[in-house]
Amino acid sequence: MNLSPILISIKTASVSIIVTFFLGIFIARSIADMKYGKLKILIDGILTLPLVLPPTVVGFFLLFIFGVKRPIGMFLLEFLSIKIVFSWTSTVIAAVIVSFPLMYRSARGAFEQVDKDLILAGRTLGMSERKIFWRVIMPNALPGVASGGILAFARGLGEFGATAMIAGNIADKTRTLPLAIYSEVASGNMEGAYSYVLVVIIVSFVVLSLMNYFIMKQNKYSNKGV
Amino acid sequence: MSLSVSIKKKFKDFNLDVNFENDGDYFGVLGPSGSGKSMTLKCIAGLETPDEGRIVFNDRVLFDSQQNINVKPQDRKIGYLFQSYALFPNMTAEQNIGCGLKCSKEDRKIKTGKMIELFHLEGLEKKYPWQLSGGQQQRVALARIFAYEPEALLLDEPFSALDSHLKEELQAEVFEFLKLYEGQVLMVTHQRDEVYKFCKNLAILNKGKLIIYGDTKVIFNEPRTVEAAKIIGCNNISPCRIISSGQIFVNDWDIVLQTEKKIPENITYIGIRAHSFKIVNNNHEPNIMDCEIVNITDELFEYSIVFKNRASENSKKLIYKIKKNEWDSTTNKNKLFLKIPEESIFMLT
Repeated sequence: MNLSPILISIKTASVSIIVTFFLGIFIARSIADMKYGKLKILIDGILTLPLVLPPTVVGFFLLFIFGVKRPIGMFLLEFLSIKIVFSWTSTVIAAVIVSFPLMYRSARGAFEQVDKDLILAGRTLGMSERKIFWRVIMPNALPGVASGGILAFARGLGEFGATAMIAGNIADKTRTLPLAIYSEVASGNMEGAYSYVLVVIIVSFVVLSLMNYFIMKQNKYSNKGV
Repeated sequence: MSLSVSIKKKFKDFNLDVNFENDGDYFGVLGPSGSGKSMTLKCIAGLETPDEGRIVFNDRVLFDSQQNINVKPQDRKIGYLFQSYALFPNMTAEQNIGCGLKCSKEDRKIKTGKMIELFHLEGLEKKYPWQLSGGQQQRVALARIFAYEPEALLLDEPFSALDSHLKEELQAEVFEFLKLYEGQVLMVTHQRDEVYKFCKNLAILNKGKLIIYGDTKVIFNEPRTVEAAKIIGCNNISPCRIISSGQIFVNDWDIVLQTEKKIPENITYIGIRAHSFKIVNNNHEPNIMDCEIVNITDELFEYSIVFKNRASENSKKLIYKIKKNEWDSTTNKNKLFLKIPEESIFMLT
């Protein structure tokens, strides 16, 4: 069994979950604070779109943005000598874009469910907004935020369509586990596919269990009395 | 100690328009749910922004729409006791009390310790809010506010989350603690007995409008408007017609009432509390109604008697509430005469 797809996938999923996690929290917080209105609906729609679009369409848009003949892609290549398409970075970009809505939605839902009175109470007690966020909102929203993280990680790990479009399927470079499974099956090597499938299942299960355990521990103070 | 509030704020279903001043005595805001009471408190605390107006507290301008002043709630130094107490569920009692303090760890420990002692919370320091009873939660919430040393204290329906059998005891307890507090106290409630017991001054709010404000006892004796009379719990209200300066005809009860005092000309309604009637033996004097009993409801400590004016077919129903022992010792229940004492007649507009 060639180990490179496993390493590439773990690297991609890890880097993309870090980006998605913090970006998701940051944007969810900004959107949750926004007044309800048309602009909020519009932004929310755009941010959630990758969740409902076929990943190939997301990949198509990413090609549209980062393609070397496109303004942004051209700029990055000409001035910074960065080529996004068919590079490892693009596997991360694809995973981030596709998994972001899961993180963002879960975090936003969790933030919005924190009792508003807690936030107001923090204000009347002289706590700064930053302190209120980290000491009050975050701890109380943690189960929701963490489960968003799990979902996003799992989604990033399983990302196929958009990755295939923008990163291609280059062995030892952009071939992640899902792409490797596809390639093995396409070339009739079912044995090879089995081992990759097993790895994906094991990694997914371990991550889920770890996160669940973590949530249970963190959740010890919330509403047990009710 | 002075607070002056004059604010307007538009909402979908009503417009808040409140104007009052208070010199430091306990101040109560009474009104039905949805009347804008809590919104008024939130505007004072800076948790909501009025559309226009001015809020001045102890010579500090907290809000002024014309001068574009809107002090952040963090800088207002106004404590707010939430109906649900709003204790942080992720923090212990101790951490809740100390969380607003900006000082060194040692100072925080000392201050928190003082509050725990003051509010009899010893032994509960490490407990989370869900492990505390309603009364204990309220004490933690008060301790948290006191630790922050605000210059005013706003209480939003402070007793509505408590079980009724605990309420009286805890009310008394809370007001013992509040005696230690030197700042101004404002309380919002829909329970008239709470304001009557605890507030020197009172404002009555309905649908966002301030109907009346002034000395609590005076308002309870002279509500002046129909809305205010209803909110302070006057059950019997009827339109009326002035006959002369000392005589007034009450439409719904079909009776002429006589008064020694001159009746103000703008009076259009008459009100009388269910407890204000007096049983008499005959109807030889004025202001006595021959009553036809429609229904008697057995309540916990009193009877609620629904009756009509026997002398009239058009009379609408009235309610009379009487202590049980008093009613049980009344002999002539079939021939009930009730006097409407002049001093308990509310003249309303």
